[in-house]
Amino acid sequence: MWRDAALVAGKDLRIEARSRVATNQVAPFAVLVLVLFGFALDPDRGILSRASAGLFWVAVLFSALLAVQRSFAIEAVDGGGDGLRLLGLDPAGIFMGKAAAVFVELAALELLLTVGIVVLYGVELGGAGLMVATAAVATLGLAAAGTVYGALSAGLRVRETLLPLLLLPVLAPVLLSATRAWEVALGTSVDDGWRWVQLLAVFAVVYLTFGLVGFGALMEES
Amino acid sequence: MALAVQLRSVVALVGRFPALAGIDLDVAPGEVVLLRGPNGAGKTSVLRACAGLLAIVSGEASVLGHDVRRDRRSVRRHVGMLGHAGFLYDDLTAEENVRFVARASERADAHADNAGADARTGPVLARLGLGGRLRDVPVARLSAGQRRRVSIAALVVRHSRLWLLDEPHAGLDAEGRELLDELVREAVGAGASVLFTSHEGDRAAALADRAVSMSGGRAQVHAPSSDEPRAPVHVA
Repeated sequence: MWRDAALVAGKDLRIEARSRVATNQVAPFAVLVLVLFGFALDPDRGILSRASAGLFWVAVLFSALLAVQRSFAIEAVDGGGDGLRLLGLDPAGIFMGKAAAVFVELAALELLLTVGIVVLYGVELGGAGLMVATAAVATLGLAAAGTVYGALSAGLRVRETLLPLLLLPVLAPVLLSATRAWEVALGTSVDDGWRWVQLLAVFAVVYLTFGLVGFGALMEES
Repeated sequence: MALAVQLRSVVALVGRFPALAGIDLDVAPGEVVLLRGPNGAGKTSVLRACAGLLAIVSGEASVLGHDVRRDRRSVRRHVGMLGHAGFLYDDLTAEENVRFVARASERADAHADNAGADARTGPVLARLGLGGRLRDVPVARLSAGQRRRVSIAALVVRHSRLWLLDEPHAGLDAEGRELLDELVREAVGAGASVLFTSHEGDRAAALADRAVSMSGGRAQVHAPSSDEPRAPVHVA
């Protein structure tokens, strides 16, 4: 499984590096979301600073949608989906590979957006351990759930519009938990931030398990 | 030795339409079988069913001894398909596309490594006329014929035991057609079986050991004639 995962992840990341969709479209989109929030909530920078955790994760959530759509769009061209199935790879490996590629893209994007909230919203970073742990586990959940629902909608003609409808409600717990944990880390809230990380971990484990077990069936139906 | 393909009363649906309506078909090891018939006869559906890409709702289907309905993954490890679609990634180069397929096909062997797969890629690309700078060009920038050659290269590096070819000569120039026929004959010489569709009358007939006519999702009983492919074996 792991060799298949590495092969698929390498292929997806190579395609992204070559096409530059992530760097030329997804990343600018995410930064634009941050900028637009800045316009909407200006001139009171106090609000921006207090809401920065939520705005950050909303931007990540929207970007995750684009990354997942892109991950399955590359399989929709020139019979790519059939081609991938014909290789006889382990479906769990394909799932892990595609989720890993999305994870890497989102992790890079989150680094960029972190700089964005510092520069645009005047946020002072703190609680590095909690921030990093939250980002890692939340991104894992986003990638796993996104890959599951991406496969579910991949074969449908209305996939571009259906995926957000399916995925955004599912990802609401990630948005909530990651925002709460980051609020604690950034000092805008007093709470047990690690409790939210645990909830994120449960979410990630549930969707990783579902993907590992059910991705084969989803691929065959798509 | 198990038949390369054994279909018995196979029914398969495309949506709600019965693309295959109880077809019987055998392909022996090392045999080259041509499927022919009008558009919509079910030729492509037979190939897709044999590759485990089309859901079979009733009947029995085995490919290289593997039950297609229950063990599609094992079937797919041993079949190579050249379809209307090229199964290529536009943003990857010709070499990257073929290397990806070669590495994936190595996965069946737990001890295989990427080096073996990578070593196979270069010579196959060169043979298909895709050596030199062409190998490093993203396939999106290649002509239709060159893309077809990349797809053929990806088929060849798999060393499949069953080749499923859907209009394989389409989009190729004269030299490419000759080369494809040569590659098919080499694969058969190495023990592979071939099931293919074609509207290329004489060329397809020369390549095939036998032809099966299809209509309405079924194989028709075949009456050999002087201009038919050589040495008809049997029609199931």
